[in-house]
Amino acid sequence: MNRPFGSWGRYPQNSHHTHKLLWSTDPLPPSNGQLMLAYGFGRSYGDSCQNNAGTLLLTQALNHFLAFDQEQGLLRCESGVSLDEVLKLIVPYGYFLPTTPGTKFITVGGALANDVHGKNHHRAGTFGCAVTQFELLRSNGERLLCSPELNPEWFRATVGGLGLTGLITWVEFKLRRIESAFIKVESLKFRNIQEFFEISAESDTHFEHTVSWLDCLSKGASLGRGILMRGNHAPASAGNLKAHRQPKLSVPCDLPGFALNQWSIKVFNAAYYSRLRAKATLATTHYDPFFYPLDVLNHWNRIYGRRGFFQYQFVVPFAGDQTVIREILGKIAASGQGSFLAVLKAFGNRKSPGLLSFPREGITLALDIPNRGRQTLDLLNALDLTVSAAGGRLYPAKDARMSAAMFQTSYPEWQEFANYVDPAFSSGFWRRVTGGSE
Amino acid sequence: MPNILLVGATSAIAQALAHEFAARGANLVLWGRSPERLQTLGADLRIRWGGKVETETVDVNACEFHNAKFDRAVRAVDGLDAAVFCHGSLSNQGECEKDFSQAEKQLRINCLSVISLLTVSANYFQMRRKGTIVAISSVAGDRGRQSNYVYGTAKAALNVFLQGMRNRLHSSGVKVITVKPGFVDTPMTGHLKKGVLFASPSRVSQDILRAIELGRPVVYTPWFWRYIMLIIRLIPETLFQRLKL
Repeated sequence: MNRPFGSWGRYPQNSHHTHKLLWSTDPLPPSNGQLMLAYGFGRSYGDSCQNNAGTLLLTQALNHFLAFDQEQGLLRCESGVSLDEVLKLIVPYGYFLPTTPGTKFITVGGALANDVHGKNHHRAGTFGCAVTQFELLRSNGERLLCSPELNPEWFRATVGGLGLTGLITWVEFKLRRIESAFIKVESLKFRNIQEFFEISAESDTHFEHTVSWLDCLSKGASLGRGILMRGNHAPASAGNLKAHRQPKLSVPCDLPGFALNQWSIKVFNAAYYSRLRAKATLATTHYDPFFYPLDVLNHWNRIYGRRGFFQYQFVVPFAGDQTVIREILGKIAASGQGSFLAVLKAFGNRKSPGLLSFPREGITLALDIPNRGRQTLDLLNALDLTVSAAGGRLYPAKDARMSAAMFQTSYPEWQEFANYVDPAFSSGFWRRVTGGSE
Repeated sequence: MPNILLVGATSAIAQALAHEFAARGANLVLWGRSPERLQTLGADLRIRWGGKVETETVDVNACEFHNAKFDRAVRAVDGLDAAVFCHGSLSNQGECEKDFSQAEKQLRINCLSVISLLTVSANYFQMRRKGTIVAISSVAGDRGRQSNYVYGTAKAALNVFLQGMRNRLHSSGVKVITVKPGFVDTPMTGHLKKGVLFASPSRVSQDILRAIELGRPVVYTPWFWRYIMLIIRLIPETLFQRLKL
């Protein structure tokens, strides 16, 4: 039994058996009565990548590229290949990921199983929208080739299916053509949430990538102040097609629990907001700092110390009424349990392909909140009430604590999905939200 | 651009080597047991590095086919510059003690199959009066120990064979390199508890590459094994027989 295969938020902490997978063509190991779950880089925040007392199938060595059609921009690779490796391969050929989350240190299999989204959701939809086909290996030895046309019900269940339908052995997906590895970025300050909504829609019309950083500790008239970053891939002349390099910095050890407190976060947020002197700035930047600002710092989750942190990401439908977002921001600001990583984005209307895919049209906000025990859980429970009342839901990849009732209400497709769960696969998340014992 | 034959290509060390070679522009011929794994590895190498990669399913124990298979490899890339033998099996000492047929199997794969392939490749490179032959042996061949002396016997025999062949081929300008890794973190040692002495396959592959570049006849990898094994070899037999090693 091993402890180190944790989740990114380091809560909850579990023990696992592990089995390293080496080749996508090999059969699954015998389960020995233990439930299995694929585990890549462990960048899911909560227990969707945890399987307490069960077996984690380690996928990092399933890192072979299988086919690369440079004409069509179509890449097929084993599920343990990281987005980091994909970018190093494709950028020099003039391609980019169809969409990408805020870290490149995740596997392609994880991107599929969580149906991840990125700053271009309003254009490209989720990662699953770019997937043309993949192979699913079931514990009975069956290999299912899945695409929107072939075994479409398995496709729908496995995209966003949190690794529960079996082992995803390889994935094929469409790439986006680029002329340059650089992004032309505009950063706009907004003084409050009202201003955000004023510039957000217009930004989505003209920019492929949009995302906002929010100072969630500001109150009153500056409630929801922040910076909106919007960018487009630069034309050929603005830069070359050089891929990124390896990060050099690392957080060497856990910081003590008091390092992040109301005051240090307040100071950080105020400084970050004031960093931009002008109301709007223009820059051309490499894709690496634009999409992956935190990847420069290995093990950044250690900043939160041994107790870890919660990531809270929800989506709520939005039709012009700002009260829900205001209410949530008000609750956070009042609690004083802030976050220096609060990310706001408007999801577009492109339908996510998975039964349990998180993104849907509306406003999404993601918050990192240090784990302070009871008071933190109380705050998140209070936020749940607002999110639920607004018909919103939480992102399973980031969740470690929502109630089974909340999951089942906000993901009514879960019962249909349950028919596709492999009997030999499970996760801490799945047992928790379907009323298991954990 | 060098053309290199890699035998036991889907092993962890050979995979790491294949990437190092391919990154330097080499064309590769990969031999392995599993066609599926070879296909996967071949595709990956071609996509990442763009060089020529040929694969061939080979049962190394079938020594009678070695000549023909080697010819095919030579033709596939229009002449070979190096042959690297990475195949092997970590013997279960206990089973070998109980049953000679198990020991025989281990000697066949870890020693005889390599000797057969070395014979074929030595003749080829001697005729061309150039080339490099690399065989992965083990520190286990440096002294017989109760914990794995059947494996050690195979590697010791291999070491002497390589030594003699190196001597024979020296005047032809053909390099023969004996690689002696210590513990390497690979599927072969998957059942062993990992300690500080374990090296990664990529570390070992880089050491092998340097040995090829520098023309070193015998390379211990990582380097400290040379000294560990020196000490182990220096212990007098009267004392050594009492040790639990």
